[in-house]
Amino acid sequence: MRSLGLDVLWKGKNFVRLLGGLWVAVRISLISVAISIALGVVIGVLATGRSRVFKAVFRVYLEIVRVMPQMVLLFVVYFGTTRVFGWDLSAEFSAILVFSFWGAAEMGDLVRGALISIPRIQYESAEALGLSGGQVYRYVILPQTVRRLIPLSINLITRMIKTTNLVMMIGMVEVLKVAQQIIEANRQSSPNAAFGLFAVVLLLYFAICWPISRLAGYLEKRWA
Amino acid sequence: MDVEVMRSYLPLYRDALLLTLRIGWQGVLLALFIGVVCAVILHLRLPVLRQITAAYIEFFRNTPLLVQLFFLYFALPKLGVRVGAALCGVLGLGLLGGAYMAETIRGGLESIASIQSESAQSLGMTRMQAFRYVILPQAVSRSVPGLVANVIFLLKETSVFSTISLMDLMFTAKDLIGMYAKTLECLTLLVVFYLIMLLPVSVLGSLVERRLRHAEFGP
Amino acid sequence: MGNALLEIKGLKKAYGEHLVLDGLDLAVDRGEVVVIGPSGCGKSTLLRCVNALEDIQGGEVRLNGELVRRDGKNISQMRQKIGMVFQSYDLFPHKTILENILLAPLKVQKRPRPEAEGEALELLARVGLADRRDDYPRQLSGGQKQRVAIVRALIMHPEILLLDEITAALDPEMVHEVLQVVLGLARSGSTMLIVTHEMAFARAIADRVVFLEDGHIVEESREPKAFFDRPATERARQFLRTFEY
Repeated sequence: MRSLGLDVLWKGKNFVRLLGGLWVAVRISLISVAISIALGVVIGVLATGRSRVFKAVFRVYLEIVRVMPQMVLLFVVYFGTTRVFGWDLSAEFSAILVFSFWGAAEMGDLVRGALISIPRIQYESAEALGLSGGQVYRYVILPQTVRRLIPLSINLITRMIKTTNLVMMIGMVEVLKVAQQIIEANRQSSPNAAFGLFAVVLLLYFAICWPISRLAGYLEKRWA
Repeated sequence: MDVEVMRSYLPLYRDALLLTLRIGWQGVLLALFIGVVCAVILHLRLPVLRQITAAYIEFFRNTPLLVQLFFLYFALPKLGVRVGAALCGVLGLGLLGGAYMAETIRGGLESIASIQSESAQSLGMTRMQAFRYVILPQAVSRSVPGLVANVIFLLKETSVFSTISLMDLMFTAKDLIGMYAKTLECLTLLVVFYLIMLLPVSVLGSLVERRLRHAEFGP
Repeated sequence: MGNALLEIKGLKKAYGEHLVLDGLDLAVDRGEVVVIGPSGCGKSTLLRCVNALEDIQGGEVRLNGELVRRDGKNISQMRQKIGMVFQSYDLFPHKTILENILLAPLKVQKRPRPEAEGEALELLARVGLADRRDDYPRQLSGGQKQRVAIVRALIMHPEILLLDEITAALDPEMVHEVLQVVLGLARSGSTMLIVTHEMAFARAIADRVVFLEDGHIVEESREPKAFFDRPATERARQFLRTFEY
């Protein structure tokens, strides 16, 4: 296997460095997902409310997030704000900002969808039993909504993990960057290292995302 | 903001947009093709092929496009398989998108009740005729919203092409910023051009979706 | 029995462990209307087996002496001779009424369009729906949809019609219009195998009533009126009592 460059992987601390790079991407993902869920719930509930202004703003926000590549947003935030406002945001902070901006919109839409998918009759029959407004939400609406939302939120984690490696484009050293560095350092001794390393990075991502997707799929089926 | 500078950059951005669109649409078409084939394989439960298809879908749905591209572009040549950057882009997008399209179309197929196929067969249609005349047309119209979302997602993903030295919008913006440091102008143009590329698709998508939802044969 | 149009012999059907049809025998002569029911399970399964929509675990179904088999080469031809109408009508929602009716004659039988269309319109007129030809199924009421489903089966010129609880999903006031159509078919000599819960209808239309239980026939009567008034078996009596208040 020497010719495919897998030997490089076990040289020195290379593998540990690779995992460290992966952790950078995963860490940013987890923080962003946490923020996204918190903001998304608020946004989603507001979007089902009566305010037409908020609904319009939400639609525009969602549309921007839907059509604008995350990489463009990263560039705008990381390079643009320095230029225009003179802010010196760190790469990690910019990344979390951008991915949360994206995730909160997606999550908000999911929450909105889950809330409006609960039929009116559920509210009405709960009220007919004499439950108060708060009790209706507490005992009838929320449990149903949460069951729909948990698999979707879990899916958001994998989508986030598959996206955060873009931070290499604003100079952060994540797993792909580490792989490139290792390949570069061993160009002489192991010219084929690119194959082994990128294959390993692919498998590492798969090893993280696949179980999470399976879990989401399982929960979705079970709670359907 | 220097409007003159922006005007002078326009041709570069226009070329980049055309390149992005060309590769993007080729990738989308490839993805649709792969998606339909895979969905049919899964739906008809063809032995062996079904397992291979499922593995392909799981793998491509659970790894990032950027890493897939790096693998195609930097790793495959080490095995003697050399793929040009443009072809790499089309392949990468097509393979990634195929996995998503397959899931969307399969969902559409599965949403059609089996009794539709049975009532077609009870009229003497073969399984394939029932599939072609009864199941597929209904499944396609049900899949449209999902397919449009996939197209937008794929066209958005083209932004990572710059990493394999394709001179797309992202590459052009980065390049110009590096050379002339007109960050604000370059980024503004970048955002504007992505809007030009994707807003029409998005608007068209919601129009089609609304039409389908109100189509005479709905729901 | 030898010249029966439809012959079912020793039919066995199980879903996993659960045996639904246990060696069932039944023959239907040309021009005969057989009503299965009114109770017991396996009735719909029986019709689905006759049309080879189910895998069977034993026995055989013959039409005109020819085997009807799910994996048979001629299954398409056989199914054209066996018309079936389902409880949930199952029109094709993406096609107009006329297209629904024409799909099989054009694609399966490869008939010329003008001829098939002429017949379709004639049949539609007969069930009182000529003016709905260009509507889509969802614009029709349940009873209208079911009449279209009957036309869709009739245009194939089946030798026998299987009607599977065709009024069970309908509002009471629509049941009548559908049953009227079926009565008309019976009078014109169609052969039918009918599963229904409509007692009065069964009584009016049946040449023979068949009572299923535990996967085989427990009572059979060529005198439907007598059957309804004085069923021979205790089980049938019990069942008929559930309709008295």
